[in-house]
Amino acid sequence: MSFLKLEGLSAQVGALPILRDVSLQVEVGEVRALVGESGAGKSMIGKAILGTLPEAIRITGGSIHLDGENLLAMAARERRHLIGAKAALIPQDPLTALNPARRVGPQITNRLVDILGWRRKQAQARVIELLDEVHIPAPERVMRAYPHELSGGMRQRILIASAFAAQPRLIVADEPTTALDVTVQKQILRLIRDMQQRHGTALLFVTHDLGVVSKLCQSMTVLYGGKVLEDTTVDEFFQSPAHVYSAALLAATPKYTDPDGSLMSVPEAVTRSVEAEIAAHDHRRPG
Amino acid sequence: MSQPLFEIRDLRLSFADHAHKPLFGASPRIEVLKGVSFDIQRGDVIGIVGGSGSGKSTLGRAMVRLLEVASGEIRFDGQDITHLGETDMRPLRKRIQMIFQDPMSSLNPRHTVAAIIAGPLRLHGFDQIRERVDLALSQVGLPLAFRSRYPHELSGGQRQRVGIARAIATEPDFILADEVVSGLDVSSQAQVLNLLERLVSDMGLTLGFISHDLSVIRRLCQTTLVLHHGEIVELATTEALFDAPQAQYTRDLLDAIPLPEVSPGWLD
Amino acid sequence: MADGRAAAKRQINSRLWLSGSWLLLLVIAALAAPLLAPQDPLAQDLFASRLPPLWQAGADPAYPLGSDSLGRDVLSRTLYGARIALVVALIAGSCTCILGAGLGLVAGYYRGWADLLISRFIEIWMAFPPVLFAILLIAVMGTGLTSIIVAIVVIDWTRFARVIRAEAMSQSAMDYVASAKVAGRKRFGIMVVEILPNVLPTIVVLLTLEMGIAVIVEAILSFVNLSISTDDPTWGSMIAEGRASIHQSWWVLVFPLITLFLTVLSFSQLGEGLKDHFDPVLR
Repeated sequence: MSFLKLEGLSAQVGALPILRDVSLQVEVGEVRALVGESGAGKSMIGKAILGTLPEAIRITGGSIHLDGENLLAMAARERRHLIGAKAALIPQDPLTALNPARRVGPQITNRLVDILGWRRKQAQARVIELLDEVHIPAPERVMRAYPHELSGGMRQRILIASAFAAQPRLIVADEPTTALDVTVQKQILRLIRDMQQRHGTALLFVTHDLGVVSKLCQSMTVLYGGKVLEDTTVDEFFQSPAHVYSAALLAATPKYTDPDGSLMSVPEAVTRSVEAEIAAHDHRRPG
Repeated sequence: MSQPLFEIRDLRLSFADHAHKPLFGASPRIEVLKGVSFDIQRGDVIGIVGGSGSGKSTLGRAMVRLLEVASGEIRFDGQDITHLGETDMRPLRKRIQMIFQDPMSSLNPRHTVAAIIAGPLRLHGFDQIRERVDLALSQVGLPLAFRSRYPHELSGGQRQRVGIARAIATEPDFILADEVVSGLDVSSQAQVLNLLERLVSDMGLTLGFISHDLSVIRRLCQTTLVLHHGEIVELATTEALFDAPQAQYTRDLLDAIPLPEVSPGWLD
Repeated sequence: MADGRAAAKRQINSRLWLSGSWLLLLVIAALAAPLLAPQDPLAQDLFASRLPPLWQAGADPAYPLGSDSLGRDVLSRTLYGARIALVVALIAGSCTCILGAGLGLVAGYYRGWADLLISRFIEIWMAFPPVLFAILLIAVMGTGLTSIIVAIVVIDWTRFARVIRAEAMSQSAMDYVASAKVAGRKRFGIMVVEILPNVLPTIVVLLTLEMGIAVIVEAILSFVNLSISTDDPTWGSMIAEGRASIHQSWWVLVFPLITLFLTVLSFSQLGEGLKDHFDPVLR
């Protein structure tokens, strides 16, 4: 059964479409990648699911079902509550996601206490347990630290722990390793995978990096200009991508074991044909 | 072998660490470069790779004299430039250029593309500036109509091309490129790398290419230098380095790169 | 996004238009005051004292906005008052701007001992209470237009210096400055060619704000009788006189007050509008 189901989701800024009829599903416990270059709308989808879209963006059609309930048909208050209880975010930038003027501990426990109504003691115990689970030494001390006293990898671990704290059934990870060194990235990816498997959480992994997708995800959705170009399994994609743009994107991705066959420019003909596809889509559905 | 273009000897540099400053007294110092020595041969494309905090950008900025070093020696074309004053340095500036990571921050938002590219040309008394600006634009594959555009009107890839055009306009001997593709989408990355590759061979440039991405280095560079915590852990031809990496850190780096191919068990 | 930008642009334009036209009107009024004023602004006529404005019963058409307790024409005095207000705004505003922004730019870009010197100087300067400082200055220099202008410059240059210093510092950290350095541009050249255009919008906003402040400061000093001679018509002295007879003749107070208010508002709106106009992203 799909835990998350988007059907025909469209959104625009003013008259400019930024999501075009997006449909995708994430099954219970599945890890799905949402792949695209800048401007593809991948982060917007994550924000639409978590109800954190900027005000200028208007959803113009479609539905988002989370655990069987249509988020777009709910009152704002109920929706916030449902999302808070069932979904969580691992953000891209671990530095700006934490308030630099406050200690780390309360920033994580407050979400549990204020939004989910836990008792402070209980929340504290749970967070310490989780920090231990994400391999943070001396969790009690780290909780009293300020964000700037911790390394980038450490901060990202804390945010992962925080995302899992309320036992969500879906986590949206928005480029969570882009700001990190490769060696740290590998540890963080491993951590996310382990946590996801242990807790049976569904994961929607937003990224531009096909390398990361191939290592972490089972299924993937390729986006361009806010439109789904390809929806496939990771195994099939890396064997033979179906869409010409997907193939070009794969050939453009760096691969040091194949210096002559990777980092290829995306041919102009490919870009033109995708743009034409999008123009045709807009033409079919005016407005 | 002829004289190297750059000779770097025992370069040391440290910064004050204000984050850990005690209430009274001076901030502690962080050693960013701990005695770095290497040569850059004429016509070489040398990749300088390392993680964040490895000192790779600091090293680059010290080489082009944007940062003062604490000790050591930098020789450019046989001349000691380590402590050269700005006036004595000026004639050399024409021969040493730099391309920056973030083209949005490195292009003055209030200047047009033509003014940005013409800047170094005017400073060094070139004539026929208009023609040279046009030439630089066509060399980087930008239409001449871009002359009167402002940086914010361009895409990321186009901005980076303007940065490259500015660097090649004075026909320098050496260009330092600091993470020039890391902010770009993969599709523009390939184009900018192709462009750099072509310029290096057409103009006989020597290129210092700083990057955190070994895959990009493999594609572009003949020599690779791996920096870790301010020290060179490996310096070899790119082929040798990728075929048989010597240093443990290099092996760790290569091992951590997620290649775009399905490989079960990679995360374990 | 196109929509938002267009809306922002329309708003800027109406701002610029409204504030610009009021100030233009004021400039014309000041220049042509001898032609426009129905009466001599200094002429007293006790038989014509406290005449109400035109649309009220008992008005005299020769005094369109009424007259004060000494029988002087309110309209003529307001027009002549614009001369002093604008001279103070222009001269005091630009002098403050040049002194403050110049020092701020040098401190923020050159750093080092220049910054140390200028910053300490600013801090010490700001520890003086400004109003007492002004009164003291005028007490020493005597009243008069020059004293007022000097007082405004001396008190307010720190406002420019502090803001521009911070702005210059943040611009200095940008890579286009590093790039100019690599290209071999001299330090002074970098400050003028690279940094100055980027702090210019802030300077423009501060300058127009300062012009508004100068008008107010002049009015305040006139109000407490520390401006130029009490005979000369200034908005501040008119407001002071009007306050005494507010219950008998409100117009003596209200007309200069409205003029003052609109002028100061226009200066600040002009600044906001010009700043956005200077912004290449919005333009």
